[in-house]
Amino acid sequence: MEILITGLLLGGTYALIAMGLNLQYGVARIMNLANGEILVAGGYVAFIAYTAAQLSPLLTIFIVAPLAFGINWLIYRIMLQPLVTRAKNRGQLETDSILATFGLSFIGVGLMLSFFGGDYFSYSFMAVPVELLGNSYGANRAISFAMAVVICGALYIWLNRSRAGLSIRAIATAPASARLVGIDVKRLSALAFALGGAVTAVGGALISTYLTLDASTGVVFTLKALIIVIMGGVGDVRGTIVAALLLGVLETTVATLIDPGLTLAAAYVMFLGILLFRPQGLFGKKTT
Amino acid sequence: MNRRPFLKLTSAIAIAAALTGTAAAADTIRIGAVAPRTGPLAGGATVTQWPSIELWVHQVNEAGGLNVDGEMMLIELIEYDDQTNPGETIRAVQRLATQDNAHFIIAPYGTGLNLAAAPLFDRYGYPQIAVSAITDQQGALAEQFPNMFFTLGTTTALASDLVDVLEGMRDAGDLGNRVAMVNVADAFGIELATAARPLFEEAGFEIVYDTSYPLGTQDLSPVINGAAAAEPDAFVAWSYPPDTFGLTEQAMIAGLDVDAFYTAVATPFPGYGARFGPAAEGVLGAGGVNPDSEAFQAYAAAHLEVTGAEPDYWASATTYASLEILAQSIEAVGLDRAEVSDYLREATFETILGPISFDENNSNAAFWTVGQWQGGVFRGVASRDRDGAVPVILKDGWE
Repeated sequence: MEILITGLLLGGTYALIAMGLNLQYGVARIMNLANGEILVAGGYVAFIAYTAAQLSPLLTIFIVAPLAFGINWLIYRIMLQPLVTRAKNRGQLETDSILATFGLSFIGVGLMLSFFGGDYFSYSFMAVPVELLGNSYGANRAISFAMAVVICGALYIWLNRSRAGLSIRAIATAPASARLVGIDVKRLSALAFALGGAVTAVGGALISTYLTLDASTGVVFTLKALIIVIMGGVGDVRGTIVAALLLGVLETTVATLIDPGLTLAAAYVMFLGILLFRPQGLFGKKTT
Repeated sequence: MNRRPFLKLTSAIAIAAALTGTAAAADTIRIGAVAPRTGPLAGGATVTQWPSIELWVHQVNEAGGLNVDGEMMLIELIEYDDQTNPGETIRAVQRLATQDNAHFIIAPYGTGLNLAAAPLFDRYGYPQIAVSAITDQQGALAEQFPNMFFTLGTTTALASDLVDVLEGMRDAGDLGNRVAMVNVADAFGIELATAARPLFEEAGFEIVYDTSYPLGTQDLSPVINGAAAAEPDAFVAWSYPPDTFGLTEQAMIAGLDVDAFYTAVATPFPGYGARFGPAAEGVLGAGGVNPDSEAFQAYAAAHLEVTGAEPDYWASATTYASLEILAQSIEAVGLDRAEVSDYLREATFETILGPISFDENNSNAAFWTVGQWQGGVFRGVASRDRDGAVPVILKDGWE
């Protein structure tokens, strides 16, 4: 039971890391390699707000979200829209966006270095135990898990119930046909990209309450997000959540019952297995 | 394309560059520095390496420069970011040696990056006064690279002095016999755990939990829970910065109840004390200084004033001392690198840590090994030949 809860809490963290990338890659078709930098930037804002003004990260996210939304919307409009327009097919767009956002990630690291310096930033927020079924867990991790549930739930409902959400899913499934039925693909792609950035930055703000970050750590999160999104199936919110939770529980099980040294190996074995037997991801649809 | 204006432009630039190059050569000492600004070790280098270099250059130039054969020469610092990538370190050293014509190069940051650069320092005849390069291979390395020097101690010294400290606590009746030991699965952690294991057993300790975790592990609660389940009296982690913070926080959450709690790198960082506050009291860590010495206090005050950050309580001061050593050598024998290396082998240097000289293995034999947070300051509790060690205290909960 303890393993399960610890694993789910870790899975919540992974869901926060990967959800934004899923929106950006699944809908806007941008393989955003600067995802981790957005996450770290969100963490920085939370860190500064907490150390300078004693502002709780749970409040900071209401500043971080619109800020990240705006910045990502601008990035998409200025930098990525031209790539989308000129790309002849999906493959070309993927190559172009990978190169462009790879460059963007360096710019992100450079900007953060010059604004905040390269020092570790870490602070203590709700680093107190909470009792769940007889075992104690970090309150900051539990809160962050609850927020992950709220964010993923809201996204899921929005994508399945609202008109904009349905349109976004239509784009994810068939971008060419979506235009034929009167969906403004350009506008909604920008929206999905910006929303993905906002979710990632909020995730970063929450994660900074228990992980120690510095300006260069973004790439670690990008890689993790990439693995989870591919395992879950591109463009599917449920897939990302399930993959994140599975990964969390698997890593914790291996760490507790076998050896913490094998968590990385276990994660890659799972990744490999899914790639072998369900290359489209857990919830992904077969490409036709 | 019309080629002529282009050729004119490039040759003009080349001539201008050559002119400024020779002009600069007349009155400045070009010092190269290569260390991570980005990548996994950037956090550590930003605390320990870069600010001390900045402070030293600032102070030397403020005082009018270094006295080279009767002429006062200012320092011109040339910096490169190696991205924590050994290939980039090598490239930067090569560039400093062949294109920037640096007179001297400050040793890189981190054991691996120092070892990667050692052959180039050797080939181009630069003395390499390594600081954050902790290894037991110092004798062999000094034999292979005669101009490589070591200042911060050896792996075995770090491990064995910690075992000695814990043994002392046990023999005083303060500490039980059960030790939980974990390490990060990286050259540093593996080497220290391998060195410590037999030492703990020789000293009669029982290792009740022994495991490693991958670098960058995002949830360390299974490690702490596993250690707690083994009911240890002492917890020892050969850890790196992010996991040093993570293990401590998790130990607080899980209420890991031990009389001695040790984490390695980053425990002496001011950020550690700032984050954990009173909970840090009694935490043991690698390194240490004598924070009461006047020299250290003056250094720390200047560090804060010039760089805006506090130095750490271990390698920061040693980094600065290594630059003092370089400066004293240059002032003694001039800019000839071979003569500087010979001087390094023979002389004794006055530094903020006290006197430093190098033995037949090119190693500084006087260094701090174990420290502890006491009253908001990280104090050395064990050293080799350094004054000012204070008695160790018991870890009393996490409040």
